[in-house]
Amino acid sequence: MKILTANRLIDGEAVWLASDHSWAETIHAAEIARDDATIEKLERAGRAALCKNEVVDVNLIEIEIVDGEIRPLRLRERIRAAGPTTHPLFGKQARPGISIAA
Amino acid sequence: MYRYDEFDHAFVKARVAELADQVDRRLAGEITEDQFKPLRLMNGVYLQLHAYMLRVAIPYGTLSSRQLRMLAHVARTYDKGYGHFTTRQNIQFNWPALSDIPAILDELASVEMHAIQTSGNCIRNVTADHFAGAAADEVADPRPYAEILRQWSSVHPEFSFLPRKFKIAVTGAERDRAAIQVHDIGLHLKKNEAGELGFAVYVGGGQGRTPMVAKKIRDFLPEADLLSYTTAIMRVYNLNGRRDNKYKARIKILVHETGTEELTRQVEAEFAVLKEGELKLPDADIRAIQAYFAPPQLPERAEGWGKLAAEKKSEPAFAAWLRRNVNDHWHPDYASVTISLKGIGEIPGDATDDQMDAIADLAEELAFDEIRVSHEQNLILPHVARADLRAVYDRLVAIGLATANAGLVTDIIACPGLDYCALANARSIPVAQEISRRLGDQALQEEIGDLKLKISGCINACGHHHVGHIGILGVEKKGAELYQITLGGSGDENTSIGEIVGRGFGPDEITDAVETVVKTYLSLREDPSETFLAAYRRVGPAPFKEALYGAQAKAA
Repeated sequence: MKILTANRLIDGEAVWLASDHSWAETIHAAEIARDDATIEKLERAGRAALCKNEVVDVNLIEIEIVDGEIRPLRLRERIRAAGPTTHPLFGKQARPGISIAA
Repeated sequence: MYRYDEFDHAFVKARVAELADQVDRRLAGEITEDQFKPLRLMNGVYLQLHAYMLRVAIPYGTLSSRQLRMLAHVARTYDKGYGHFTTRQNIQFNWPALSDIPAILDELASVEMHAIQTSGNCIRNVTADHFAGAAADEVADPRPYAEILRQWSSVHPEFSFLPRKFKIAVTGAERDRAAIQVHDIGLHLKKNEAGELGFAVYVGGGQGRTPMVAKKIRDFLPEADLLSYTTAIMRVYNLNGRRDNKYKARIKILVHETGTEELTRQVEAEFAVLKEGELKLPDADIRAIQAYFAPPQLPERAEGWGKLAAEKKSEPAFAAWLRRNVNDHWHPDYASVTISLKGIGEIPGDATDDQMDAIADLAEELAFDEIRVSHEQNLILPHVARADLRAVYDRLVAIGLATANAGLVTDIIACPGLDYCALANARSIPVAQEISRRLGDQALQEEIGDLKLKISGCINACGHHHVGHIGILGVEKKGAELYQITLGGSGDENTSIGEIVGRGFGPDEITDAVETVVKTYLSLREDPSETFLAAYRRVGPAPFKEALYGAQAKAA
């Protein structure tokens, strides 16, 4: 399973592509691609967003579902989704409902 | 310290305006990321995991109180209330919005600071001994030469697109506190038999994925030849350095592949052409730059000696701080103070806006308005009267920065690692924090004695693990963090690259492993005066391997 992530151009905020084609600030809202056609759709949307200068550093990342929640396979992506493990008050983890990365 | 002249002010202002225009055009979609990225990098703007990062240059680690207050202001106004001091004596802000960066740089320009050449394949911030101009063992202050190099290398048209980044360090003492032998060029300022100043020149040191100790290619270069000789080295590198492979593009690879003798010949041949030309430094120019770095007027303060003796007796914590964090100054009534940014369990190198403000006030009132950033990620007050040490200590206690651990096992260098850095493979900071908590007892640390522990979260080695007495390198293996230990590295005048001791350790094992290494050292040292490094150099890796991996290590 894959989701599409990027950083927002204006402030660098980590964002994920949601099913309504908006860039969500939390990973929960990401659209999950479970087949090649959806992966291709996400990639197309990523290229379009790059061209529109909404985001930079667009990447497809691998995830799994754990207890009904999206969990990236790589720690790097879990830290992007949560914030620095050394500063629990900074990054997304400061928001309600976002768990820490490690 | 150096003060901008009109040209400097105009140049930095123009650069801020240029970047502001580039940011506007980027946000308006008029230029693509591929076009913009090299432009932002030339101004120290990176994109990391959570946000942009701005790296601000602190030339040779020297700051005034006014500048440190501005860094506090930037942290408070545009970031999340803290900054991270780096192993290049710079500061990084981890959360600025791209749209705010022109305003930040404009504010920094008002105190003669900028972020130019803190990234890119150019000559980066020239670093120096953090006790420069103050140390009792110094031949001369290396910073005027670092400043001459800074002025010469700033937007140098010939050297702005090198094969790869280029780092220069200068020290003015026999005891190397600037790690010059792991720099592209290391300069050791010294005097010859006639009493003239000049440099021993080292080339081709570096860390990263291919660590190399620099080779000395000149034992004594007269100071007047500094720029012509450096230019000769840069030309040889710029012409012959590899551009086909990023990982082989540093000058250390060129030195290694060419051979020291042949490379020296090429440099000397180029130097012979340049030697008597326009790059020869007029004596008056050197003295003019030196005048900016003249030491402050230091009145006699002999009362400090008696005062300290009494104060030391009354409080063991203060006595410990004096033992560890106070260095001899050339003026016997004065000392240099290390403000440890390594509180037990804290993040190495981080300082809050309030702490920066408080240190700025302290420096202004009791330390002649001068602060240094050390490559070991601490702050230094270079000139403090011994009579004022107690007052300085008390004020550091009040802001939580009086940890008496300079040079001890908890004085850890750690790169930002995977908590921030887009290049990292593993976290560094939490490893440093856990080791610090485990070994943080003051008596235990002092029993262990001088021990440099350095942690990098990837092979690029920003945490200098190759030259840690104990080095830790974080890697990613099968999606998890794994930490390799190296032993016996050193970044001083007897530089050595640490050797990998064996298989790596998981995040839950690495602190135990470090503790095992430390305990093994304590059990085998000849006496407490034999440091970890000396003991390792005497016994080699075998006892440590056995302690870490058991008897099977012997057979392997």
